[in-house]
Amino acid sequence: MDQPLSSTEQAKKAKKRRKESSLWWMYLPSVLLVMLFIVYPFLDGIRISLTNWNGFSQIYDYVGLEQYKRMFADPDTWLVVKNTLLYGIGSTVLQNIIGLGYALLLNYNLKVRTLTRTIIYLPVIISPLVMGYIWYFFFAYQGGALNDIYNWLGLDPINALGNPEVNPYIIVFVNTFQFVGVAMIIYLAGLQSISKEYYEAANIDGASSWSKFKNITLPLLAPAITINVVINIIGGLKLFDVIVSLTNGGPGNASQSMSTFMYSLYFARQDAGYAATQGVLMALIILVLSLAALLYLKRKEVEA
Amino acid sequence: MNQVSKRAKWFLTAVALVITLLHLIPYYILLTTAFKRAGDFSSKWMFPKYFSLENFTAAWEQANLSNAFMNTFVITFFAAAMLILFGSLAAYALARRQTRLNKYVYMLFVAVMVIPPLTALVPLYQLVVDVGLMNTRLVAVLNNVAAFLPLTIFLYAGFIRSTVPKELEEAAKMDGASTIGIFFRIVFPLLKPITATVLILSCVYIWNDYQFAIFFLQDSDMHTLTVALASFFGQNTSQLGLVGAAALIASLPMIFLFLFLQRFFIEGLAAGSVKG
Repeated sequence: MDQPLSSTEQAKKAKKRRKESSLWWMYLPSVLLVMLFIVYPFLDGIRISLTNWNGFSQIYDYVGLEQYKRMFADPDTWLVVKNTLLYGIGSTVLQNIIGLGYALLLNYNLKVRTLTRTIIYLPVIISPLVMGYIWYFFFAYQGGALNDIYNWLGLDPINALGNPEVNPYIIVFVNTFQFVGVAMIIYLAGLQSISKEYYEAANIDGASSWSKFKNITLPLLAPAITINVVINIIGGLKLFDVIVSLTNGGPGNASQSMSTFMYSLYFARQDAGYAATQGVLMALIILVLSLAALLYLKRKEVEA
Repeated sequence: MNQVSKRAKWFLTAVALVITLLHLIPYYILLTTAFKRAGDFSSKWMFPKYFSLENFTAAWEQANLSNAFMNTFVITFFAAAMLILFGSLAAYALARRQTRLNKYVYMLFVAVMVIPPLTALVPLYQLVVDVGLMNTRLVAVLNNVAAFLPLTIFLYAGFIRSTVPKELEEAAKMDGASTIGIFFRIVFPLLKPITATVLILSCVYIWNDYQFAIFFLQDSDMHTLTVALASFFGQNTSQLGLVGAAALIASLPMIFLFLFLQRFFIEGLAAGSVKG
């Protein structure tokens, strides 16, 4: 690095760079849109979280950290955070385990491979709201497909969607069903990029299937695992549409996520300052968890 | 890894078929529900013994789906067009000119990908009211474009860096072509594969959008398919047949697109799933 030649070269490069125009007008529209619709509202949200604004009145006061104190004392906050973590982490675990299982199966040259892949992937392109309604037909108390089975078996019908002990898990299940195809496709692409020579060498050594999976497949899939875990965590923590169509957050607040809770605070309870405070907490949770997962898995990738 | 005995292959095929059948259950239930007349309380596992499109025509009328289709189509079309134009232009400048300013701007776009759009709901709603864009298709277009731009730029910039040769542009420059001329005549045509990816990803995302639409398009004339469907469900919780028919109608365009362009969809969504 400290050779005279390379440093003059660097200086030359830097000079050339300075002369180069940035072509800033090419990205000006994009920067303006992102600033106006994402960055500004995000920052303004932090300001509003310090007020007692009701969402429509011209008059409001800055109340300091009152809304934050209120948030941490509010039992609903912890219920909703717990649900959000369940949706985020539960879906991530299920989507990755099942998605990897499907990918391992479809990595064999089976005749039904394309058909199975298409069917598993199909829900990804359907609106999560619609997917929620479709599963509503399955789980509904009155006339739902599940209770038809209970009926035939001579059991009493169950109100799965109205039961706060059960319905958060149904939401995890439906979200997993809908997006397991994405994890599957990413794992399939990862599996197909692993050279066969590794397995051939392992076969010569007489390695068992399990040891091949543990020592070859899993480490070489590490980048795919990182992508899948991070996108599933972010997707699960943001969950909104499917909750609206399955339970609408109910009964009470029992199945609310932070997204749906914020929506009801703002539109149903005119509690804009508090809704903004919940928004700040949600952004923090998503940021911390997705970054933690990313950094942890990246470090593992290097080790592997 | 693909060398297995014939017997094992039969077994794995059977497993794959069982999984396929399990995944088909919700669609099967959707179909039996959508084709059943009101008042038919037979099991959801059985198709009706008659054939009737009653629910479909009724849902089309009552949920005002023709209007919702038009709105969704217009919003998706213009947002996708803007995304491709703005996104490719921005990515070109950011990928080709490594000035200090451009490095910061690129970092801004990457950082913005982490912000969940909904966390800024309250101020965003106020902003839209203040500038008088409430209940306009324009706000849905701009919002979706802003939300999807960072990923679009990320995908285009990666593609330009890795696959578009600089030599062509330099030769055209020698011949005295303008930057914008070089971009549209030489670079943009070479971006076709990634443009297909962006197009598919963004169309699915915007067509299915509910989060933004429910906030900013509350006027029933402006309803998109998802919003129309949600309010239709609110009015017909006991008439699931109608809801099923409406849900099926709303999903058909994307399902057809998917079945015809499956390869692009799967590759595109896998590539773009970075966003989640």
